[in-house]
Order: sequence, then C-alpha cells, then structure tokens
Amino acid sequence: MRSREEELKGLGADFTFGFIQVMDGEKDPRNLLVAFRIVHDLISKDYSLGPFVEELFEVTSCYFPIDFTPPPNDPYGIQRDDLILSLRAVLASTPRFAEFLLPLLIEKVDSEILSAKLDSLQTLNACCSVYGQKELKDFLPSLWASIRREVFQTASERVEAEGLAALHSLTACLSCSVLRADAEDLLDSFLSNILQDCRHHLCEPDMKLVWPSAKLLQAAAGASARACEHITSTVLPLLLEQFHKHSQSNQRRTILEMILGFLKLQQKWSYEDKDERPLTRFKDQLCSLVFMALTDPSTQLQLVGIRTLTVLGSQPDLLSSGDLELAVGHLYRLSFLEEDSESCRVAALEASGTLTTLYPGAFSSHLLPKLAKELHKGKSDVAREDGLMKCSRHFCCLQALSAISTHPSIVRETLPLLLQRLCQANKGNVVTESSEVIAICQSLQQVAEKCQQDPESYWYFHETAIPCLFGLAVQASMPEKESSVLRKVLLEDEVLAALASVIGTATTHLSPELAAQSVTCIVPLFLDGNTSFLPENSFPSRFQPFQDGSSAQRRLVALLTAFVCSLPRNVEIPQLNQLMRELLEQSCCHSCPFASTAAAKCFAGLLNKQPPGQQLDEFLQLAVDTVETGLASGSSRNQAFVLLLWVTKALVLRYHPLSACLTTRLMGLLSDPELGPAAADGFSLLMSDCTDVLTRAGHADVRIMFRQRFFTDNVPALVQGFHAAPQDVKPNYLKGLSHVLNRLPKPVLLPELPTLLSLLLEALSCHDSVVQLSTLSCLQPLLLESPQIMSLHIDTLVTKFLTLSSSHSMAVRIAALQCMHALTRLPAPVLLPYKSQVIRALAKPLDDKKRLVRKEAVSARGEWFLLGSPGS
Amino acid sequence: MVGGGEGGGRVGLLENANPLIYERSGERPVTAGEEDEQVPDSIDAREIFDIHHCWELADEELNVVEQVRIQVSDPESTVAVAFTPTIPHCSMATLIGLSIKVKLLRSLPQRFKMDVHITPGTHASEHAVNKQLADKERVAAALENTHLLEVVNQCLSARS
Repeated sequence: MRSREEELKGLGADFTFGFIQVMDGEKDPRNLLVAFRIVHDLISKDYSLGPFVEELFEVTSCYFPIDFTPPPNDPYGIQRDDLILSLRAVLASTPRFAEFLLPLLIEKVDSEILSAKLDSLQTLNACCSVYGQKELKDFLPSLWASIRREVFQTASERVEAEGLAALHSLTACLSCSVLRADAEDLLDSFLSNILQDCRHHLCEPDMKLVWPSAKLLQAAAGASARACEHITSTVLPLLLEQFHKHSQSNQRRTILEMILGFLKLQQKWSYEDKDERPLTRFKDQLCSLVFMALTDPSTQLQLVGIRTLTVLGSQPDLLSSGDLELAVGHLYRLSFLEEDSESCRVAALEASGTLTTLYPGAFSSHLLPKLAKELHKGKSDVAREDGLMKCSRHFCCLQALSAISTHPSIVRETLPLLLQRLCQANKGNVVTESSEVIAICQSLQQVAEKCQQDPESYWYFHETAIPCLFGLAVQASMPEKESSVLRKVLLEDEVLAALASVIGTATTHLSPELAAQSVTCIVPLFLDGNTSFLPENSFPSRFQPFQDGSSAQRRLVALLTAFVCSLPRNVEIPQLNQLMRELLEQSCCHSCPFASTAAAKCFAGLLNKQPPGQQLDEFLQLAVDTVETGLASGSSRNQAFVLLLWVTKALVLRYHPLSACLTTRLMGLLSDPELGPAAADGFSLLMSDCTDVLTRAGHADVRIMFRQRFFTDNVPALVQGFHAAPQDVKPNYLKGLSHVLNRLPKPVLLPELPTLLSLLLEALSCHDSVVQLSTLSCLQPLLLESPQIMSLHIDTLVTKFLTLSSSHSMAVRIAALQCMHALTRLPAPVLLPYKSQVIRALAKPLDDKKRLVRKEAVSARGEWFLLGSPGS
Repeated sequence: MVGGGEGGGRVGLLENANPLIYERSGERPVTAGEEDEQVPDSIDAREIFDIHHCWELADEELNVVEQVRIQVSDPESTVAVAFTPTIPHCSMATLIGLSIKVKLLRSLPQRFKMDVHITPGTHASEHAVNKQLADKERVAAALENTHLLEVVNQCLSARS
C-alpha cells in the first residue's frame, strides 16, 4: 500500500472487499495491530469502500471493546492500550461509520463493565472531532441519557470524568457544525434537554445529585460561547434565587460554589462588546451576593466568596469603582482575621494580590492608606493594647503590604513604607523584638520575589533597599556608647540571616550590567570601608570587617556573602584576589563561629562560580593549605573542618576533579575522635540543597546528577571504611552513608539497594536514631518494590521492625510501623507464620502515647489482620 | 427519595439513589503538640472517627458514622459509637454495625470497652440489631462464619 497506492486504488472496492475477507476472524494481536493500521489507511487515504462500509465496520468493530491481557513474559510487548488506541483511531476516523458505531457505543456505555464504559466514552469523545450534527442527530437523546446516568450514578471518578469529557465534546461538536440552510440547530434543543434534566437538582443543595448536575451543565457550558450563554442565562438567575431561598451557610456555600464554576467558564470566551457579555446583567446581584458571603460567619462560605470575588474582578470592565471600593474594604477586614480563620486570611491576601495587578488604583487609594496607618499604630499603642493582639495585627499588616506588592506602582509605595518602619525601629524610640525585624524582612523578601517578573520594579527594589539595609547594618555594628536595643537586635544570627535572604532575593535576578554597577559599591565597602553609597554615611569610626574589626563588624560578612553569592556568574568582582584571601583568613578565625562560617560559605560560593584556570587553581591551593594548617593546629580545627566541608561542596556541585581528593579527606575525618560525628553530619550538607549560597537560583554551577555521581564515586569507599573501622567509630560511617542514601532520588537508589542490603540490615541495630530512621526509609520502598529479595530476610525484618516500633524516638516508631505495613506486600506464605506474633506485638503501639504513631499502628495492624483472611 | 432504581445492578448502593450528603471534614491537621515527643495525645472522638474514615469513605459522606455520635473516654477506657443507617429499613444495618465493631477491636488497645449501637430512632429494627451487636458470643460466632468474615473484610479493605 505504501508503494503501489495508485494500482491498488485501481482495483476499486474489490480490494477493500478482499481485505475484509482476509481480516475476518483474525485473533493474533500482532496481526490485528497491522490490520487496524491498514483499515485506517483505507479510510484516510480515500480508497474506494463501495458498498462495503458496513462490512468494514463489522470486521473491525467486532473487537470493540478490546479485552486483552498480554500473557506473562510476552516477547512482543503489545499492551492492551496499543490495541485500544489503534482500534479507536479506526472507528473514529470517518463519519460514515456513525450510524453503526453510535448504537454500539450506547450499548457498551450501558453495560456493567467499567473498562467498556470508559473505552466507549473515550471513543465517543474522539468521534466528536470528525462528526457533525447530521451524524449525531438521531442518537442525541440516547447519548444524553447514557451520559447522564453514568455521571449521576457512577462510583468511579474516571467514568464520571470521561462522561463529562464526552458531553463537552458533543456540545462542542454541535456548536461548530456547519448547518445547511434548512436544517434546524440542534444545539439549543440539546442544551434545553440537559437543563431540563439537571436544573431541579440544583435547587436541592443538600442532596447528592446537586454536584453531578452542576458538573454536567458546566461541561456543556464550557464547550462554546453559545452553549455558555444559553446555560448561564438560565442557570445564573436560578442559582441567585436559590442562594436567597436557602439560609444555611453550608447550603449557600454549595450554591455559591456552583455559581463560581459558571463564572469561571466565562473567562474562556472574550466578548468584543461590553453589552453582549452575559454577566453584565447580573453584576449587581452577584456583587451583593459575594459581599453577603464575605460577611457570613462560616469560614467555608467566606472562602468561596473570596474566590468568587477574584473571578468577578478578573472579568474585564465588570466591576464599577464603587464595587471595587467595597471589595477592597472587605479584603482589608479579612486580612486581619484572627488566627482561627487563617485559611480565610491567606485567601484574602492572595485575592488582594491578584486584584491589585488589575486595579492598582483602587488598592492604592483605598487600602494603602489604611495599612500605612495600621503599621504606624504599633508605635503609639504599645501601652494600650495587650502584646499578643498588637503583635498579630502588626504581622497581618506586614503580610498584607507584601501581598499587594504585585503591581509596580504599588511597590513604589509599599517598599518605602516597610523600609521606613525598619529605620524607625532603628531610631531607638520603639522597643523592637527580633521577631518584628524578621517579620519586616520576610515582607521585604516577599515584595522582592513579586518584583522578579518586572525588571524595572526589581531594579527599583534593589537600588532602594540594598543601600538602606547595608546602611542600617553598618550603623548597628559601630561601637557606641548608648547602644539602642535595635542595634543589638540587628546583629543577632537570625536577624542577619533574614536580612541576608532579602539581599539575596533582591540580587539574583539582576541583569549582569546592573549587578556590575552594584558590586562596585558593595565590595569596596567591605574591603576598604568605603561607605559613600550608603544613605547615611557619617559614622563614628571606620567600617573594617576584615582588618581586625570588632566582632560586630565581622558578622556583617554574612550580608556580603548573600550579595556576592547571588550575582550572575559573568559579573566581574573587583579586587577578587584580595577578597578571597581576606575570606580565607576570616574563615579560620575562631572568635566567632557565625562570622567564620559566613566567610567559608562566601569563599565556597565564589569558588564554585570561578571559571577554570590558573586563578582557580591558586585559590584552591590556598584553600587546601589553609585547611591542612587549621586541621593540624589545635585551636581552629573546627573552623578548618567547616571550610573543608564548604569547599568540598562547592567542587562536588561542579564536578571539579579535586572534589574526589577533598571528599576522601572528609571521609578520613569520620574516624577522627573529635570531628568524626561532625564529619558524618557533613555528608548531609554535601548532599542537600542549600537555601542561601550555592543555589541554582543564585547562579551557582550545580550539575543535575551530582548526587548520583557522589553516590557512585563514594559509597563503595564508605562501605569499605565501615568494615575496616574500629567498633566505636562505625556509627559515623553508617550515619554518613545514611545521609547519602537519604538524599538520593528513590528511583536511582532502588536498583542499588540490594547490594547494600546486608549493611542496611546491620544498620537497623545501630543505636543512632538518625541512622535508624534513614535505614527504615530506605527499606520501606524496597519492601514495596522488591518483595522477593526482602522475603529472604523476613525473620530479621520482623524482629527489628517490632523492636524499633517501641523506640524512644517518635519518628523512628512511625517509620518502623510504616515498614511493618509495607511488609504485608511480601508474599502471603512468607508472612503467615508471623501473623499471630505480629498482631499481638502490634497491639502495644495501638496504645502509644502519640496519636501519629497510633495511626500507623492502626493501619499496619489492620492490614496484617487481612492477610490470608477471606475477602481481603 | 427511596428506590430510585435505574439500572439497579448494585443492590446495596442503590437502595437510596439521591441521599442527603454531608460535608467531608478534611484531613486532621497535625498540631505542634502532636509532633512533640513528650506530650501525650489522648484518644479522642476524632481519632475514632478517622479509624472508620479510612475504610469506608462513603460512610462519612453519608454520615453513617459521625464524630458527634462518638463518645470516648481515654482514662476510663470506654468508647461508644452510634451509627445511623441512611434509611430506616436499611438491610445492611447489622453488617455495618458488625464491621464497625470489628474495626474497633482491631484498632483500639485491648483495655477499651466498646459499645456499638444504632442512633436511637433511626432504624426500624433498632432494638434487635443493637442486641445482636452487644452480644459477645454472637459477634464472636459471626466472625467464625467464613462468609460473614469475608464480607466484613471486604468492607474493611481500603477502598481503591
């Protein structure tokens, strides 16, 4: 057929007839796939079918619905789905089959077999793309009856979904068909049928059929603008009326949720003319209904109200400025809800964010002034309100400010407000908790995140916030006689971390040009004490974080780290050589672990981005020398270890050849009496994703397979080290190994686990709960995936899991019980000898003092009961 | 609303085709206290409710078992569950009650004394069913019955 199409077509319908005779009675799935393919070609390449359309249909449709299970060890790999799809392609390839196919589909949808229902609905769905009104006409009532029955009564979500999809396609097909001038448009009568069968169910929001009815109507309404208009114009007034008829919150919620569904459908169609939009007529009623929902005591109803408001707001030109003012007022109120309606508050914040992008003016004039007032209230009302109340209102206000920073013009108002608040706190006339400064920083960070899409806002944020934040920090680090409370607060570890994360977020998305501009201010600030770019730069003494500055000043290296480690890779850093040397020196300084770790991270972050070459080799040599000197000395061994760890991580991430050597050094430390446990935990750092430095977002060189590679390169050595190590340091090796295994993606890990199985089983007896937990979490998927291998160790597994299910650590108890549950996947004959022992033993964790443990015990024990029982 | 029987193959399910449905409470949120190793969490009505939630979802939507109809006292080791058949002459009432009882026996510490009964006034033969469920010997004998155990286990297997 491929090469002799002309000649075959010359044979006319005889060829088709001959083929039908050959195909008749075929059973082999391989031949069937070919045969279906040929029939498809006959039809799509327009061979002459002559009078044999029905025969051709019969010879293929007799296989429908496909019922085929590939034999075990099938060498041909033909799946059931292959046959289903190729048969479907044939059946749905031509409208000429319609008169035969549609009755067959209806019959199969009505059958009792789930797969037949699904296949028929999917095939119907496929047919709708080639059929027109003419083919469907006679079968519409039966098709609707079948689909309705399936959606109303099914117990299977898949049948429901396919039924809805088929209805959607049917409606779309009817909407698009080109009609002959004298034909009647069937769409209206079809939709009227649907409405008639469904509308009365919409009036019973307590009954089960309310949702299936709404879903059917929505599936049809989603098919075309015309269908949507037809259905909404009937349903919306009905639902609006029903909302007022029912007074209970949960009934109203169901009704409003249905309204929401219909409103969402409107967004699919764009109307040129404002007056044509079907919603315009109902706007006032909808608004008043939404506002009623927003003031209802029921949280659930409020939540739906908020979502509906967002959808209404997203309709272009629907809401008037008066509606918006009211809406903003409601959102303001909801943004300050008490803790028990947290979900509502979060939803309100999200809605504010979405609506601000559409109506920045309304939010700027109606919401911002109120929030600004609320923010400043913190100052004067300290004494009057009780602490907790003020606190939470204050946090809500900060969150609301960041939530609406979704439009450039709003950012220009919110950012100064937040920074001003931070500076005010710095003036010392407000008692400031570190938690408050952190909350402001979190808000700033959220604003920065929201600015990332818009380069102009982002640069505005960077240009405004960065000098201000560095200025505040530098000022706080100055030695002073009367140190205000905030000054100390700003230097706390957590506050500096929060500030650093704002700086990082405000830097990662800078274009290289702008970043280069910024870096020429910040690096000299730290290396030379050049404070000229800071907003206030008259300080009592010099800022020298590196040259024997005070420890307060040293701590600010954390901010430098956040900045330089977030820069794009191709931005040149001025005075790099000097900076790297200063960082190395500081990383070994043992007076302040916070500062030395920050310096080590900064060094590692820069090292990771440094292109290969002589300079990189020099830096590496310097680092190795510093580490070795440090490890050899008595006093700064810890610092040297931290530096080693971070440098190793920087190199492991970019597959640098020296990383192997450093990893070996690190592994050697596992048997170090002093640093051993820290080295074991270090493996966790190597394998995990950092949040501040060495991140992909911060443009670090992170290869995607670095974990797998680390695993392959180092696990054999770790296992060997474990076997060779003296008894007292063995746990360090197990722990290191646990961290590596834990972080590896499970699909990668599973094929490797059987070789590690003996070690894992040994690790179950280890007393370290980190090792236990990690081992259990490795074994659990293994039980599910490779029950055969695990069956060999059933005795050990049952004993160890049961022992661990009374561990002192709750996480271990939970994991052990989850493993007991997973054990039930092993073949029943292996398990049955243990059944009564396990059921007895599991009675004990049923009475565990922790609920989360009991929950696992209940499900594990339940499964063990069912083992080998009738009916399971 | 009784006996809407189009295509009534599944007898038990379709005895009531458009029943009243109730809101499903979401997954129980885990509190800080529950994550704290030290704090003991006592067994409460919601926990008993969740034990049933996992095996027969429909039971919750249909409010056969409701949290408010569960009385539990951890210190006194007692639990009482009242269940409500969807219609007053539901033929499955005994079986539902038996399944609830078995699930409790398998899921609660042995120290608990269990009472499973029909919510007063919701079933035609309420008294008879309650009497059967309270009769230890009968329950034990019922569970010796392979056929009955099979049906109960089917109820208790997690719904796929």
